Amino acid sequence: MPPEVKDDPIHVRIRDLHKSYGDHHVLKGVSLDIHRGKTNLIIGPSGSGKTVLMRQLIRLENPDSGQLMVNGIDFAKLEGLNLAAMRRTFGMVFQMSALFDSMTVFDNVAFPLREHTGFSRKEIRERVMDRLAAFGVAAAAQKLPAQLSGGMQKRVAVARAMILESEILIYDEPTTGLDPITTEMVDELIIEAEEMFGVTSIVISHDMASVVRIANYLSFLHQGEIAATGTPEDLLHSEHPATSEFIRASRISLDW
Amino acid sequence: MSDAAPSAPATPEKTSKLRAQARDASEWLAKVFLSPFVEIGALFKLLWESVFWGIRPPYRGRLFVEAMEFIGIGSIFLVSLTAVFVGGVLALQLVDGFRDFGAENQTGAVIGLALAREVGPVFAALMVTSRAGSAMTTELGSMRVTNQIDALVTMAVNPVQYLVVPRLVAGFVMVPVLTMLFNIVGVAGAFFVAVGLLGLDPGVFMDRLKWLVDWDDVSQGLIKSMVFGVAVTLIACRQGFYARGGAAGVGRATNRAVVQSAIAILVLDYLVTSLVLGQGFF
Repeated sequence: MPPEVKDDPIHVRIRDLHKSYGDHHVLKGVSLDIHRGKTNLIIGPSGSGKTVLMRQLIRLENPDSGQLMVNGIDFAKLEGLNLAAMRRTFGMVFQMSALFDSMTVFDNVAFPLREHTGFSRKEIRERVMDRLAAFGVAAAAQKLPAQLSGGMQKRVAVARAMILESEILIYDEPTTGLDPITTEMVDELIIEAEEMFGVTSIVISHDMASVVRIANYLSFLHQGEIAATGTPEDLLHSEHPATSEFIRASRISLDW
Repeated sequence: MSDAAPSAPATPEKTSKLRAQARDASEWLAKVFLSPFVEIGALFKLLWESVFWGIRPPYRGRLFVEAMEFIGIGSIFLVSLTAVFVGGVLALQLVDGFRDFGAENQTGAVIGLALAREVGPVFAALMVTSRAGSAMTTELGSMRVTNQIDALVTMAVNPVQYLVVPRLVAGFVMVPVLTMLFNIVGVAGAFFVAVGLLGLDPGVFMDRLKWLVDWDDVSQGLIKSMVFGVAVTLIACRQGFYARGGAAGVGRATNRAVVQSAIAILVLDYLVTSLVLGQGFF
C-alpha cells in the first residue's frame, strides 16, 4: 500500500451510494467518510437503512450505484478474485455473532487462517490461542458457541473477525438485545480492539448510550440519507430536526 | 317495451376496482403457472454455480468425506430396513399372484428386475430425501437465517463451494451405493419370505433371478440413482441456502424440499427410463 494511502486519515469514502429493492428506494445517495483508526458510529432509527448500508459496505449485496473507495480502490466495482481479496480488508461482527455452531470456539477462530494462509498447525494454534487470550476467552477454546454467554460469543466473533489482521471491523448492532452490563462489556471490547490492533471500527447501532461511550465520529442515517455527521458533540448540537429528535428521545445530554 | 329499469352506469371507482381485481387475478395466475419454471431455473443456476466452483481449488477433502458419511453411512440402517420389508412384501404379493397361473417360480426373476430397474433407485432416493435431504435443508437454512452463510462470504469463502459442492458430490456418489445396498438387501428379504416362509425352491429362486437380471438392468438403475442423487441434494441445498424468515421460514423450506424432491424423483424416473429405453418421453 503506498504511504500516501496509508497516511490518509479517511479510510473509506462512501459517495452517492444508492440501493433499491423493487420500487423501494432504501439508500438515496449516502455519502460518508470513515476515519482511519477511529470508531465511527452510524446511528439511526429502525427502517432508516442501517443494515442495508452495512450489507453494501461489506459487499454482501451489490449497490445500484455509487462509490466505496477503500485505500484508494473502488470496492463497489470489484468482482471475482479481486473482490475476494479485498474482502479480507474487512472483518465483520454480526448482530447474533454468526459463529459456526458446529465448530468449537478454537475452530471458529482458526477457520480464516486455515482457509487463507499456509500456516502450520502449530502456528495456527499459537495465533488462535494468542488472540483468544487477548480477548479473555482462551479457557473456552474447546467449547461450542451454544455453551457461551452472549458477551463471550461477541468476544469470539471479534477474535475471528480480526484473526487475519483486517484493517476495518464492522459491527452490526453489537449491543442489541444485551443486558446493560454485557452492553458495556461489548463497548469496552470495541475500544480494546481499536487500541490493541489499531483497526478502524464501523459500528451500526441505534444505541445512543454506546455512542457516548465509544464514538469518535458519528453519523445519523435518516430515511436512506446521511442527515448529520461529525463528532458526537457536533451531532448533539445538530439542528437537523430528525437528528435532534432522535437524540432527545434517547435522553442523552452533553454532560456524559 | 321492457319495464325493467336501465342498469346504473359504471362509475370510474367501480371500473378501476374491477381493473385492479383483473390485474390481481392475472398476476396470481402467472405466478401459479410460472413458479415451477422459476424454481427449475433457480435449480439449474445453482447447479451451474456448483460445477463452476467445484472444479476450482481449494478442494476440501474433509468436507467431501463428511458429506459422504452423512448421506451414505448415516442412511445405511434406514435403507436396509426399508429394503427388507419392500423385498418381503413384493415376494408375498408375487408368489400369491403367480400361483394363480402356476408361475411362482418366476418370483425371483421379477423381484430382481423390479428392484434393479425401479424400486431400488426410487426407494433409496426417497429414503435419502427423508433423512439426509430434510436435514441438509434445515442445517443450511439455519445457517442462512443466523448469518453464518453471510459470515462465510465476509471471510472471502464462497458458500456454494464450501457448503453445496461437497453435498452434491456426496449425493452423486452415495445414492448409487445405497441403491446397490437396497437391491442386495431387498433380494435377501424377498428370498427369506419366498423361500423361508412360502416354501419356494431356493435354487429356482436364484436361478431365475440370474437368468433374467443382467448388468444392463443394474446399470439402468444406477444411472437413475446418480440423477436422483444430484436432484435431491440440489433441491435440499437450494431450499436451505435461500431460506428466509427465521425458524418458521426454515420449516417451510424443509417442507418444500421434501415435497419437491419426491416429485422430482418420480418425474425424473419416467424421463430417464424413457431415455434409457429409447421410447421417447410421451
